[in-house]
Amino acid sequence: MAGVFIDVEVAESVAGDAELAAKLTEVCPVDIFAVADGRLQIVEENLDECVLCELCINAAPEGTVLVKKLYSGESLPA
Amino acid sequence: MRFFEFEAREVIKRAGIPVTEYGFTTDPAEARTIAERIGGPTVIKSQVLTGGRMKAGGVKFADTPEEAESHARDILALEIGGHMPRGVLVDPKAEVEQEYYAGVVWDGTRKQPVMIFSPVGGIDIEQVAEEQPEAVGRRHFSNILPFSEFQAKEVIASTGVTGSALNKLVPILTRLARLFVENDMVLAEINPLGRLADGSFVALDAHMDIENEARGRNAKLLKDLGVGDEETRQAREATEFELAGEAVDGMSHRGVAGNVTEFDGNLGLVIGAGGGSLTLFDAVRAHGGKPANYCEIGGNPDVAKTAGLAKLVLQKPGVDKIAVMMSIVSNTRVDIVARGVIKACLDLGFDPAEKIAIFRIPGAWEEEGFKILEHYGVEYADRSVSLNEAARRAVEKIQGVAA
Amino acid sequence: MSILVDADTTFIVQGITGREAVNLTRECLDYGAGAKIVGGVTPGRKGRDVHGVPVFDTVAQAVEHHGAPIKGSVVTVPPAFTKDAMFEAIENGVELIVIVTERIPRGDVAQMVELATMRGARIIGPNCLGIIVPDVIKMGGIGGPAKDAAKSYSPGPVGVISRSGGMTTEMSSTLTAAGLGQSTAVSIGGDAIIGSSYAELMPLFDADEQTQAIVIYTEPGGRMEAQLAEYVHDSGSKLPIVAFMAGRFMDEMPGMSFGHAGTIVEGKEDTATEKIARLAEAGITVAERIEDIPGLVREKLGVAV
Repeated sequence: MAGVFIDVEVAESVAGDAELAAKLTEVCPVDIFAVADGRLQIVEENLDECVLCELCINAAPEGTVLVKKLYSGESLPA
Repeated sequence: MRFFEFEAREVIKRAGIPVTEYGFTTDPAEARTIAERIGGPTVIKSQVLTGGRMKAGGVKFADTPEEAESHARDILALEIGGHMPRGVLVDPKAEVEQEYYAGVVWDGTRKQPVMIFSPVGGIDIEQVAEEQPEAVGRRHFSNILPFSEFQAKEVIASTGVTGSALNKLVPILTRLARLFVENDMVLAEINPLGRLADGSFVALDAHMDIENEARGRNAKLLKDLGVGDEETRQAREATEFELAGEAVDGMSHRGVAGNVTEFDGNLGLVIGAGGGSLTLFDAVRAHGGKPANYCEIGGNPDVAKTAGLAKLVLQKPGVDKIAVMMSIVSNTRVDIVARGVIKACLDLGFDPAEKIAIFRIPGAWEEEGFKILEHYGVEYADRSVSLNEAARRAVEKIQGVAA
Repeated sequence: MSILVDADTTFIVQGITGREAVNLTRECLDYGAGAKIVGGVTPGRKGRDVHGVPVFDTVAQAVEHHGAPIKGSVVTVPPAFTKDAMFEAIENGVELIVIVTERIPRGDVAQMVELATMRGARIIGPNCLGIIVPDVIKMGGIGGPAKDAAKSYSPGPVGVISRSGGMTTEMSSTLTAAGLGQSTAVSIGGDAIIGSSYAELMPLFDADEQTQAIVIYTEPGGRMEAQLAEYVHDSGSKLPIVAFMAGRFMDEMPGMSFGHAGTIVEGKEDTATEKIARLAEAGITVAERIEDIPGLVREKLGVAV
């Protein structure tokens, strides 16, 4: 079940990095990220709970995490 | 939360206040056994949380155990004011010489508990206060300093009661005042408190109401009385719709989407917060609208919880549209509520623009929320549109549907 | 001027490390001249800081660190710990305590009020959002983040007192949009027993030169409105008052509680109808709709403000 309002894209370099994956999982207040088999997973049913806090964006290298607002075509970081 | 009479009597009995040798049962045959044990005329009293049980036929006198059984059978099947009885109380018919009143309540103005005592009991104390004000004594007492017996003595003496009656009443009122404080009661009342032929006193009926917020710290008492955690004992019993609303609120600990109350109209309300909901409900009715429900959103619930509430309201039989309205929010987020109500529409296969009559929630994250609403073509309003005007627009839309 | 607080008011936040308290601290620091939050208290968290505010284990440590008496405290700890936190504040010389926490049993609130009275301190709340002096200071979550509060509140001649936190902002926003600013707005809390009622705040507004009119938000339940009517009658207060009464539908539903814990209608005196009559008898205008309030205030002031 994909998000209706929000989608999150994570670069392969981050998704495959166990340490960064764990960090994203920790910072997200609404559990959009999870780690399985050392890889980052997106928890689709939680996507719409995103509060646009940008903590994930700040936790990963610049340009590797993108939060898309499906209702306006905008994304974060702006 | 109110106590049944049989529970209230147990509470005062534990506090050391004399009660009659009553028995409680849900079984007519056992009512007979209790009457046999009592061995004289009895009173069979319906155990319901509503007034007017005497008038409704919920209190009957029996001369024999057989009669007690037959009355118990009738009363157990008798609905009073929409409530079925929890059971019956079989009480010895006491030979009372005089009926007194003793009670303790909160005074929200003085912010202290107040004892009320009267030698005129058996009827509503407010009626006595109106007709014979000199027969009603009142005295506030500290909620920090330990309660002292002289305080009870003063209030009783102020009504003209003296002699051995005074000395016997002081410990009763003292115990009542102490149990009120110790058990977080909001009402503790013995009415009537009967004086028997031998001069002794006995509680013949009792009303108690414990503060909901203090149920946790009175868990032992409630467990001893057999009161279940799920029992809310509202003035009206919860409907299935209302129970489903509680389940939605319990979905997560984030925020509140609760106090769902069922009404029989066609306009579903997804409204908040406390004061805003009251204002909006009045406004919808003032414009001739018929609300399908009342509710309160607050404390920034998550999208899933908001969607759960909106779905519940949208699926209620007879609901044509929902109005999503709140007073200006500072903690709850406009965009999160917008996502929740739109998601509810989409999940149920409805067009949000069609189903949401109006969305009027200004405040935190409103710019983001309005983008979402615009995308789905939902009519929305900012703070320049009053709560009253938003309610009017919602009613106008739904009446357009009905016509 | 203002009542209760001003730009120089120092205060602490008890329970400062909780999620809502962290936000509230940020909001107060950002608003107006910036609140003088001189410390926070969360037992076991001494040495941390929240948005630059030092955290202590006890109120006494906060007072010692500040080196002078602290005027106020915002208490946002869970209900079971609120009474103790409030007692601690009072016994360390705090004079003004805003209690945000909801669901505190009445017995505890009554004890808090009694101790505050003995010590000459004042409680606002519980179950409230606090106090705001537009463009100067806010003490509590009232109005939300600084930029949102700035949209709703503006300085001016109207004192606002409300049993609902959200409606404090709704009414103030309506006044602001109509060009009527506020001297001080106080969210007094929605519980059956609260630290400061309308009548108990009125003398402060009466003594305030800036305040020329009062707007109140009221609900069914309790006799706080009757107490206000008595105050107006007995004191000869010169301040015109406009009231708004929500929850009129509750008159048909005795014994049920909606909106706030204090709204339950237990007797005839508690009903909306009865309260409206009481207020009107005392010369208090009861507005039918929120949007009518600014016009009624102007009418009462008899001048274009």
